[in-house]
Amino acid sequence: MDTRDTPEQAELRRAARRLARELGPATVADLEDDTRTKRLAAAVRDAGWLELRQDAGDGTPLATGVECAIVADALGGAVADVAFTGPVLAADLARRAGANGADHAAVAFSDSLTEPVTRGPGFAIDAAAEQVDVAYVLVPDGDGFRLAEGHLDPPNASNLQNRAGQRGRSAHAENIGGVCGASTDLTREVRRLPAGAPVGEVAGHLTQDDLTAWTALGLALTSADLVGVMRGVLDVTVAYASERRQFGVPVGSFQAVQHLLADARCLMEGSLSITLHASWAVDELAPDDAAAAGRVAKAYCARAARTVCETAVQVHGGIGNTWDCIVNVYLRRALLSSQWFGDDGEQLYQLQHTRLGVPNGLS
Amino acid sequence: MDFRDSPAEAEFRSRLRTWLTENNPGLPTSSTDDEYWVRQAEWHTALYDAGFFGLSWPAKYGGHDLPVVFDVIVDEELASAGAPPRPSLGYLVQGITTHGHEAIKDRFLPGLISGRERWCQGFSEPDAGSDLASLRTTATKDGDDYVLNGHKIWTSYSDVADWCFLLARTDPDVAKHKGLSAFAVPMHQPGIEQRALRMINGITKEFGQVLFDDARVPAENMIGEPGEGWRIAMTIVSHEREPGELGYVARYAKTVKELERTVRADPSAFRSDQRAAVAWAHVEAEMLRLHVCRRLSERLDGVDHGPGGSIDKLLMTWVEQSVGAAAVAVSGSRAALDTEDVGLKVYLYSRAQSVMGGTSQIQKNIVATRILGLPTA
Repeated sequence: MDTRDTPEQAELRRAARRLARELGPATVADLEDDTRTKRLAAAVRDAGWLELRQDAGDGTPLATGVECAIVADALGGAVADVAFTGPVLAADLARRAGANGADHAAVAFSDSLTEPVTRGPGFAIDAAAEQVDVAYVLVPDGDGFRLAEGHLDPPNASNLQNRAGQRGRSAHAENIGGVCGASTDLTREVRRLPAGAPVGEVAGHLTQDDLTAWTALGLALTSADLVGVMRGVLDVTVAYASERRQFGVPVGSFQAVQHLLADARCLMEGSLSITLHASWAVDELAPDDAAAAGRVAKAYCARAARTVCETAVQVHGGIGNTWDCIVNVYLRRALLSSQWFGDDGEQLYQLQHTRLGVPNGLS
Repeated sequence: MDFRDSPAEAEFRSRLRTWLTENNPGLPTSSTDDEYWVRQAEWHTALYDAGFFGLSWPAKYGGHDLPVVFDVIVDEELASAGAPPRPSLGYLVQGITTHGHEAIKDRFLPGLISGRERWCQGFSEPDAGSDLASLRTTATKDGDDYVLNGHKIWTSYSDVADWCFLLARTDPDVAKHKGLSAFAVPMHQPGIEQRALRMINGITKEFGQVLFDDARVPAENMIGEPGEGWRIAMTIVSHEREPGELGYVARYAKTVKELERTVRADPSAFRSDQRAAVAWAHVEAEMLRLHVCRRLSERLDGVDHGPGGSIDKLLMTWVEQSVGAAAVAVSGSRAALDTEDVGLKVYLYSRAQSVMGGTSQIQKNIVATRILGLPTA
């Protein structure tokens, strides 16, 4: 056993963090900088990261769950407003279904965001590009599924205009009272798959095991994103606490503040340790074991990320509660990554079934 | 990155698993019962004699020169067999190895590692807890000996110890951190009185107080140099904070398994919050197991975590207290009606984890200033 990065993994970690730091948003206003977002999207595409789970030619993916998690962690750490996990999960699902060659950017999820849908309505999370207009859905087929594609609502009905500032508020206002197509997360797209959306056939078949193994990848990558979010928001917050002065001294010199930040650092470290294992398990353990590893990681990371982001808001004081403070971008991203494949409450519910023998229906 | 066993690790795991089927002493969870503490020496020597203890320590002192990650396998297999955790004394080995002269290492490490000689650690005093450097036990040179006077408390295993790793003041005239020295003190002598402490869960065999009244220790039993005591203490407490050194992962996993078995026997007898507490304890215990895998792997690079031990200690504390919370939740009203209830005892014992080895507040100070680099007041 040796959980250290290989030299290649360490290099990928450095490169991904550097790219995310250089091209990710440093401020809330940066979210509206189209030049930057286009450069970021191009850099991620050119790095080949969106293809990491495509077929290497022998049915196996080009890269393991570990490499994918390294990138997800780096992008989360910079709240990078670029699609990654969505397209990677879509490619992985297509590969498992033997439906290579399709170039889809997303999978449609149920209202709960915990599992793929068999028909609309649904939500395509982290769709890669504006020109993508279909998302995968699963059609029951024997004791497994066929892969099909559903047509998404156009981007302007979802959260493309929910990026920041005034535009964000008005987009939100339009959605009040209706079916909300907008995402809370200001850094990733969530597109609606409407009820009754036309569905087209795609070749391929998925077994229940395929779906379980794919779910393990989803749990690992959303956990890794949360690890990154925690690291990033903690860096921002420690820097702020070192500079912001009250009573003539930096607020970070007060033990009351120090202890909140120390707790946050510990939560981040524990989250990283458990997520490394989940990301490794994706390709190395049997589907049920990989999913179990993913569930414990996600339970830990979702709960930790909530606490860490809330600490960040608190330590920033008044400004931390404003839209223009970058901390809110981290918190919002954490909320989506937590819900996607299920938050800590959902994972604990699932663990009660698998580990405690709690029958379905007993709540 | 590979969490799988190497062929050598797999062979070791299989050998240990086989051995455990025959040699599991069936002791109770360590935190709940005096029987565990009474029979700990027996367990230590059995584990050692079979070749499953002291793995990463030098062979010339009775270790096996194996990479530290082998300890992860021991923790996992002990937990899986429901066996007691490995004895927690790696921090003393680290202290002696790092600071002791050759003669000290040769004399004391083999007995410490094999369990043939029992040790306790005399650091804390009634008036020197978090402010350890203010300790007042004195060691005064008298011929070839030092004469010891003072009062130590929270001394684990003091009732069975042959030796005490003692921190005492040898120079009262210098700054408090600079006047301390460390000694290997023989416990069986007239000037030493040991008194048991009864802890909140009722156990009496783990912690004690030790009174030194003109006790003596040969000067050659000094560990390190005169005045080096504080540095030695810091080496020891930083390792004492590392779950990888302590082997507590096995203890937590064993308790979680027992709680899971209780709930699984009749899930409908438990409310959803009780079941969720058990599921959460499993998540926490898994986190710590995997965190130890990561930390011990990092040590393969020769990384010394230093203040990072404080992060690990805080994580370990949250794990132990989550497990304790799950145990008392599963017990429900029994915890209020039966003072011998195991869930109650696990819970009560868990409260000490945020105090022993340096309080959580001290750990957070260390993380904030030495890892996060926050300014000091």
